[in-house]
Amino acid sequence: MRRPSPDRLTSLRDMTMQPTPIRSRPLYGTLAPVRQATRHIVLAEGEGASAVTDAFRGHDALARTSILFSPAPRSADRRPATDLASLSCEALHVASGVEDLLAELATTLSSATMGTRLYISGSEDFIGRARSEALQRGIDADAIQTEHRGAPTRRVQCVHCKGFTDGVAASPTVCSQCGLYLLVRDHYSRRLGAFMGVCIDAEAPGEIPPAEAFGA
Amino acid sequence: MTLSFNAETFRDDYTFANSPTAIRAFPFPFERDDYTYTVNIEQHVPGPVQSATEFPIHIDEHYVAEMQDRAITLAQDPLRCQSLPHMMTAEWDLVELLMTSMSTHYPETFTLTRDGNRWHWINRPLGLDQTFTFGDASTLPQGPMEYITRQCQGDFCLLDQRDDNLWMDAGMVTTQADWSLDFDLGMNFMEWHAPVPLAHDLGVFERALKFLLNLQQGRPVRRLNWTMTINPRLDTSPENYHRWGIDKASVTPENVGDKVHLRVELQALWRLPRSNAIVFSIRCYLIKMDELVTQKKWARRFHRVLASLPQPIADYKGLARFRDTTVAWLSRHDDGLPTSPGFAPD
Repeated sequence: MRRPSPDRLTSLRDMTMQPTPIRSRPLYGTLAPVRQATRHIVLAEGEGASAVTDAFRGHDALARTSILFSPAPRSADRRPATDLASLSCEALHVASGVEDLLAELATTLSSATMGTRLYISGSEDFIGRARSEALQRGIDADAIQTEHRGAPTRRVQCVHCKGFTDGVAASPTVCSQCGLYLLVRDHYSRRLGAFMGVCIDAEAPGEIPPAEAFGA
Repeated sequence: MTLSFNAETFRDDYTFANSPTAIRAFPFPFERDDYTYTVNIEQHVPGPVQSATEFPIHIDEHYVAEMQDRAITLAQDPLRCQSLPHMMTAEWDLVELLMTSMSTHYPETFTLTRDGNRWHWINRPLGLDQTFTFGDASTLPQGPMEYITRQCQGDFCLLDQRDDNLWMDAGMVTTQADWSLDFDLGMNFMEWHAPVPLAHDLGVFERALKFLLNLQQGRPVRRLNWTMTINPRLDTSPENYHRWGIDKASVTPENVGDKVHLRVELQALWRLPRSNAIVFSIRCYLIKMDELVTQKKWARRFHRVLASLPQPIADYKGLARFRDTTVAWLSRHDDGLPTSPGFAPD
C-alpha cells in the first residue's frame, strides 16, 4: 500500500520523465446528445465549436439546447460562431471571452432543472475550468460530457500562491500571479480544473531547464 | 506514565531534539541491512512498552511543540485543514476515536467524561477544558476534525467510501512529505496516487484499494514509510517547497550529524463506525544522524541501507543531493559487525 508520500518526496524534477499516462488526468470523449435529456447546455471554446456542430447538427435535441460560445484567446476567427448559429438551437450566446462565458453559465444554471445535460468542448484548460465551475454549481459529474479540441494547452495552479495560469503550452512556465518558474507536474485536480505547478529551481535557484511543449 | 514536554521548534532556529527515551522509541523502519521494498502492512496491535506503537495513538515529548508548529502552519495557510460538507459524520467519528484513545492511554494528560451526548474533554498540556454536545458542531470552537487534530500529533485524512473507491474528502495535513491536501482534496484513490511512478503498472494500487475497501472496524492496520529531511522541519509541503527545497543543498561533511534527519511515517488506517469512512493517520517522526548513531545497530544498518539503495529510488525520494555525503559520514559509525534481527535497538 502506498500513499501520496513520502516516496514522492521532492524528486519533482524526475517526474518530468514519467512515461506512463497521467492517472489523475481526465479522459475526454466525443460529444453525443442524450436523447432523453430535458435540456442541453453546451459550452464551447474556439475549435470546440466544431465538436458541437459535429455532434448536434440536425439533432432533434437542438430545440432544447442552449449554446454558450467563447472564441479562442486572441482569435479573430468568426467562422466557429457562424457555424454554431447555423445549427438553429434554442439559444446561442457568443461571449467576449471565457470569463464572460462562465458568468453567463452561472445565470443559465440557476434556472437549470433535473434532466439537464452539460457538454463542454475546447482546449483542455477551458474544459477543466468550465467543468470545475459546473461541479461547484451542483451539476453531477455524470451529467457532463467533454471533448477536447484545439491546442494541448493546460491550466496550471501554482501550489505556492494558488494562482491560476491559463493556456500554458509548455513546462516549465512562469506563474502569472507570483512569477515563480513552475514545473507542470503530471498531476491533475478535477475539483480545481488544473494541473499542479511546483517551483522548478527551489534546490538550485536560477537553474531553469529549457521549456518542453506538451503533446496532445 | 507522566509525560513531560520539550520546548523546541521545527522551523527557523530548529531546536527540535530527541531525548534518549524518545530515541529508543523511534520507529526505526529497517528490518534488514539492505534495502528491500515491501508493503509491510500489519495489524495495528500494541507494540513493546515505550515504543511508538505501545498505544494506538502515540503522544510523546514533542506533543506541545508539534501542536504549536501546526498552529503556525494553519495561521499561514488555512487550506491545510479542509473538509467537504458530507464528511461531518466522519469528523465526529474521528473525535471519538482520538479522544477515547488519548484519554484511555494517557489519563494523566487527557480526560474524557461522557454523559450521553454531553462530553467533557480536558487537555492539560494545552490548557483546554471543553464541554460539548457530541454531534452538534456549534458546541465546539472549530469543526470537530479541526478541533481534535489541533490537539493530536500526526496528520489525519478522512477517506469517504463510495462507488468501490476511497475519496480524499477531508484532512488536517501540516507535517507532510511533499503532497498537497488542497490539491488532492476530492480525489479518489487512483487519482491522488497519480504522481507515484511505476507502482501503478505493478498493480500495487488496485490491490491496496481492494484491501482497504474491506478494512474492518476494530481491526486497524499500520505500516512504516520513510524518507530523509534536511533540518527537523515538519512542514515539508509542496506549498512551501520554494522555501525549504534549498536546504537540500546545504549539507556538508561537517554538518551531516546535525542537519540530516531520517523521517519515518507511522501510517495507520481505521474503519469508522458511523460514517463507514476510513481514518488515515500519518504520524511523522524525525531523528538526526547524531541521535541515530547513538544506537550502534541502527548506525550500522542505516549506513548499509542507504549505501545500497538503488539510484532510482534515491532520486525518487529526493535524496540525490546529500546521499553520498551522508553515507560517507555514516561509514565512520559502521564497524562492519553483523546486526541483530528485528527493528529494535540492542
